Amino acid sequence: MTLSLNRRSLIAGSLAVTASAACSPNIAMARVPGDRNLLFVLLRGAMDGMAMLAPLGDPGFEAARALALPDYDGATRLGSMFALHPSFGEVGKAYQDGDALFVHATATSYRDRSHFDGQDLLESGGVKPNSKRDGWLNRLVGMMEGEEQPPRALAIAPTIPLALRGQAAASNYAPSNLPNASADFLDRVSRLYEGDEQLGALWSSALETRAMAADSGLKNLRDAQKTGELIASLMREKAGARIAMIELNGWDTHANQRGAFARAAGSLDALLGAYRIAMGPAWDKTLVLVATEFGRTVRYNGTRGTDHGTASATLLMGGAVRGGQIAGDWPGMAESQLFQGRDLRPTTALESVLAGASAEHMGLDPARAMTQLFPDRSAGPLSGLVRA
Amino acid sequence: MSKTSIALNRFGYGLHHGTRAPSEPQADLLRQLAAFNPRPGALADRPDSSGEAGELIQVIRQQQRKSKQDAARAAEMSSAQEVKKMTREERIDQLPPELRGKVREAYGRLRADIEARVNVAVASPTPFAERLVHFWSNHFSVTAQKQGTPFEVGNHEFYAIRPNLNGRFSDMLKAAVLHPAMLLYLDQWQSSGPNSPFNKRRKGRGRRGLNENLAREIMELHTLGVNGGYSQADVTEFARALTGWTVKGLARIKRFAEPQSSGAVFIAAAHEPGSRQVMGRNYTDAGARQAVAILDDLAARPATARFLATKLARHFTSDTPPASLVTRLESDFLRTGGDLASLHRTLVRSPEPWANAPAKFRQPFEWLVSVMRFTGVETLGGRRTIGVLRQLGQEPWKAPSPAGFDDVNASWAGPDALLRRVELAERIARNAPADAIMERAQAAFPDALSEPTRTWLSRAESGHQALGLMLVSPEMMRR
Repeated sequence: MTLSLNRRSLIAGSLAVTASAACSPNIAMARVPGDRNLLFVLLRGAMDGMAMLAPLGDPGFEAARALALPDYDGATRLGSMFALHPSFGEVGKAYQDGDALFVHATATSYRDRSHFDGQDLLESGGVKPNSKRDGWLNRLVGMMEGEEQPPRALAIAPTIPLALRGQAAASNYAPSNLPNASADFLDRVSRLYEGDEQLGALWSSALETRAMAADSGLKNLRDAQKTGELIASLMREKAGARIAMIELNGWDTHANQRGAFARAAGSLDALLGAYRIAMGPAWDKTLVLVATEFGRTVRYNGTRGTDHGTASATLLMGGAVRGGQIAGDWPGMAESQLFQGRDLRPTTALESVLAGASAEHMGLDPARAMTQLFPDRSAGPLSGLVRA
Repeated sequence: MSKTSIALNRFGYGLHHGTRAPSEPQADLLRQLAAFNPRPGALADRPDSSGEAGELIQVIRQQQRKSKQDAARAAEMSSAQEVKKMTREERIDQLPPELRGKVREAYGRLRADIEARVNVAVASPTPFAERLVHFWSNHFSVTAQKQGTPFEVGNHEFYAIRPNLNGRFSDMLKAAVLHPAMLLYLDQWQSSGPNSPFNKRRKGRGRRGLNENLAREIMELHTLGVNGGYSQADVTEFARALTGWTVKGLARIKRFAEPQSSGAVFIAAAHEPGSRQVMGRNYTDAGARQAVAILDDLAARPATARFLATKLARHFTSDTPPASLVTRLESDFLRTGGDLASLHRTLVRSPEPWANAPAKFRQPFEWLVSVMRFTGVETLGGRRTIGVLRQLGQEPWKAPSPAGFDDVNASWAGPDALLRRVELAERIARNAPADAIMERAQAAFPDALSEPTRTWLSRAESGHQALGLMLVSPEMMRR
């Protein structure tokens, strides 16, 4: 595989803060096939990037969100501009350790405000809602199918989300409290489904995954910390999943945002913190991508919440990440700087972040990854977010 | 599939144990539409819980003055949100007594309503009509995951959807989106006009204002569809028109509350004054009627007809419904002014839903109801019904978004989902009558039972095992 040495991103607004990362390392050198892990965390409901990473240094923040200011008293400051929401204690630690970075003011190419279409584009990688039936993460798996050890892909969810649906093999698992079926019954079901293309394929995939997760001891995914540990247990072993995905709800904070956001953020933080510890040595070769469909309005609405907006923030974690930095241009919160007079203006294409980071991490050609995962974009893949 | 098997399984919830398949399948579906009972026995005795949500919120607010912490916990506990670490019961136990009782009552109501929803479908002599109830209920999806809503989600389906099943779409729309369950779910109950008398009197932190959540979802999800021709300005104008619509039982506003037929109340003092422009039309300020007039116009738009026709066709044919069917349903809707009875009859009389091969994977709720009808199990009990549906991945009134549960195969036909059905089937089959399974299978899928299913049923080592296999057979999984 030939890798271009100059994969500097073509997006508008250069990554000034990542200048040191611009020199492109030869990432193919240090890579052992089959040792890289990727976890995609999808935040459904439009996570408020300005609540996660509050731009306290921007005078517009206090003007629009005076109500939220007490939340950031004594919060960890990241540079002179930003403060991290206090619910993100574990993420903050990872940031200090150089294992986490943020890209602020990110958005997909979607510029309307429907959750469902926004999520459809973020998951399918299409430019028009409902235009693609498979997901970008599944196509990423597909790009690696020819490798010596093609990755096993897994959704930790009761059903496979769109991002992981498609041609390439993917399975799903979520703990339940149903009693295991008897071996004889399972065997008979296998034979019953033998000639059935759809059920036969689902069935063999289910049996394989269940064997892998045999002793999780969990009955559901409600405990964020245990869920983080479960995901790690399904990924860290050699035979485990190398590409995984989980979805978290609770981000659609239209009313009384402060409490609702703190709850959702606390959950996410607990999951990521537990996952980090439980991955053990495999953490060093792990990339976690945390993204949402779009952001929220800059100003609070009439019910102390925020409505559907445009740009949000994206979090990257893992030992593989060039952490301790906030990438992306800050668009500003002055009236004239807002998108349509109400939203944070996007300065970095979210697709560029996802394609660039996952391709460099998995040892794929970023330009090729960009066209396969997110076709028909004008922006190129973003480089330098992960270590070689 | 034979026509009879299609009528039973694609249109209905499967044959009920001990009953006979109809001899004229199409005529029988039309009969079911006419014979539908909006309030069968199990719902007739149900106590009316309207107004309880507002009272619960009121108790929480009163408590707020005494203990902020207890009130916050009660607010969290009064919705069916996921809770961590402690069980729900343990957390409810820690609430002060005046809150504890009310929160318990909310859960009791939700549990009873979920059980009633399942049992009505299991026992129904008009299962096709029940499928339509659940289709429309999902179109106007509400969840029990917001403060107070466990009291209201049952009311929403039983009193806003069911009575309007064969009426006008505009009536179902108004009943469903102006219902307290929806006003609570999509934050409308707290929205108020920035220039309303209510806000003009208040200063600083007490001031409230607009929340555009409900207005947007009505346009995007309930009527026009996402490309239905509306703009951000239309959403905001509609949100202004909706201000004043809220739930009853809140003490502060009690004396201003004007009761509405949807079960909600209108507070004129919270309504944004002035006329509104929505999609090129002008609506004079007529108080509560202003939003109603907008809803009537939205219901009549061609984009609405197209959007609803596509969804209904998708539910009864395949993920990509035939264009011919969509067009026929759309014209029917426009010609009749949104007469749902006519729309449902046109669906039955169309050739497309009678296509031979099954193209849809049964959703978990559909599968469970069909399993119960096949086995003759009348009820699983309240707690177990919820538990089983949760494990299957489709708890009623807990759809992940206001768009309701997905209606495409890929959302349901997953490896883990299949394994869960197998685990549950073995357990249900162990405790159900298991005689003459082959005969019952042939009766439930007349001339439609596949060779492998017959083979493996006949090789089963016991009746119970044969029943278990039948419950997870390809015939039971797809419709």
